Amino acid sequence: MIINHPLLGPRDAAEFVVKGDANLINRPDWQADDAAQQFYEYAYLRDNPAGEHRELWYHEQGDRSWLVVTRNTLTHEVTKVELARDVARAAGRSA
Amino acid sequence: MRYSGFKVLMEGLTGNKGWKPVWREPDPKPDYDIIIVGGGGHGLATAYYLAKEFGEKRVAVLEKGWIGSGNIGRNTTIIRSNYLLKGNQPFYEKSLKMWEDLEQDFNYNAMVSQRGILNLIHNDPQRDAFVRRGNGMHLSGADAVLLDEKGIREMCPFLDFKNARFPIRGGLWQPRGGTVRHDAVAWGYARGADERGVDIIQNCEVTGFDIQDGVCTGVQTSRGAIKAKKVAVCVAGSSSRVMAQAGMRLPIESCVLQAFVTEGLKPVLPGVITFGAGHFYVSQSDKGGLVFGGDIDAYNTYAQRGNLPVVEDVCEGGMAVMPMIGRARLLRMWGGIMDMSMDGSPFIDKTHIDGLYFNGGWCYGGFKATPASGYCYAHLLSTDRPHETATAFRLDRFMTGHAIDEKGQGAQPNLH
Repeated sequence: MIINHPLLGPRDAAEFVVKGDANLINRPDWQADDAAQQFYEYAYLRDNPAGEHRELWYHEQGDRSWLVVTRNTLTHEVTKVELARDVARAAGRSA
Repeated sequence: MRYSGFKVLMEGLTGNKGWKPVWREPDPKPDYDIIIVGGGGHGLATAYYLAKEFGEKRVAVLEKGWIGSGNIGRNTTIIRSNYLLKGNQPFYEKSLKMWEDLEQDFNYNAMVSQRGILNLIHNDPQRDAFVRRGNGMHLSGADAVLLDEKGIREMCPFLDFKNARFPIRGGLWQPRGGTVRHDAVAWGYARGADERGVDIIQNCEVTGFDIQDGVCTGVQTSRGAIKAKKVAVCVAGSSSRVMAQAGMRLPIESCVLQAFVTEGLKPVLPGVITFGAGHFYVSQSDKGGLVFGGDIDAYNTYAQRGNLPVVEDVCEGGMAVMPMIGRARLLRMWGGIMDMSMDGSPFIDKTHIDGLYFNGGWCYGGFKATPASGYCYAHLLSTDRPHETATAFRLDRFMTGHAIDEKGQGAQPNLH
């Protein structure tokens, strides 16, 4: 698989470490009344879809940026690659 | 029909005209007591033990494709019980004991071969860990022998003992481990279940569950609706997809595990050998091919094929421990989809929906578990209580803090 890095261009997937579902960006509010339930679901439960999947890839053998890769789990086709920081900022996760 | 040497002789003398198909191809009935979704090794074993040990008369196995077309036909055929934790090890030792009696039990030649499994040790901390593991195995009644370098040299003189980076210091040997003819396991269980009245319905895909007020009363399938008192899902590899139809999210991600086989060679390997410094395991099939594998591809996938970086990694592991493998030509490689759970251990449990049961999350260790998984799932389905060796395999264990994490990796499925 080739990951089209937004800053570095096409890179071999072997340069990356896969973390998993990009929903891990959306850490729950630890002060919520049902925080225990929310963190259980956040840490342990996954949609694990057959088809389009947004996931976190870390460019360990490269510039060490975190990416959000949109990839099809049936065909391995990569359709979109974003910097995770852009995704997190757009979701209001960081300054 | 009972198979025996006498039967083979008589058929040979009478033109082999008496052999019949070993299971029927029935149409689905409108309702059953228990429906098993998934006609793989575990599903067929569950049906077999439900009929044979628990006296269930009205059981059906629904299979999307043909039986045994999933991971029971795509694994590296290894059986062993060399786990550490008390939630796991007694279960796997039960499974190994069942393998030892399996062929007599279901009257089918599954070529169970207890040729031993050897886990190599390359450094001192690893020896400490394997001593501990061996003691854990002894506690469950399993066999484990700690070998030094001399012992390994006598058993496997062809290994690379002088590897500067990964010298071989010893090994943990389980003589009762070994290999099994994997497809025959599915066929043997299917034949035994069918003989006892289980309907095995192929080309019948479950497309939905009938759930009302928290009770599952049946399934929708590509061959019509079927009612059941209990629905037992057993579709490792596709668990998340199937259980999503019941509105459930699982502590599972799907990854592909690749396996490889070389051309047929004369006997060179005494048993199963695993490299302790990387991830590589190899055995030799009775046809002579070296069957080997290593790590999963780390990304989520439902495609039954992997990528080249893992192929390279596996082959590097093979060359590091057993350089002679470089002379063999690779014949075939393939991939199977694994339910990678959050702690590397499986699930055999009820769900929060009455009448809906779940078996899955076997990571890449499901084959060796087939007999005990079937038996324990049948026990749960028939008695509504977990079998004593499978009480830890609960779906809610991450909520209650009872993870069974052999490697201590945490909730990162692709590392288990």
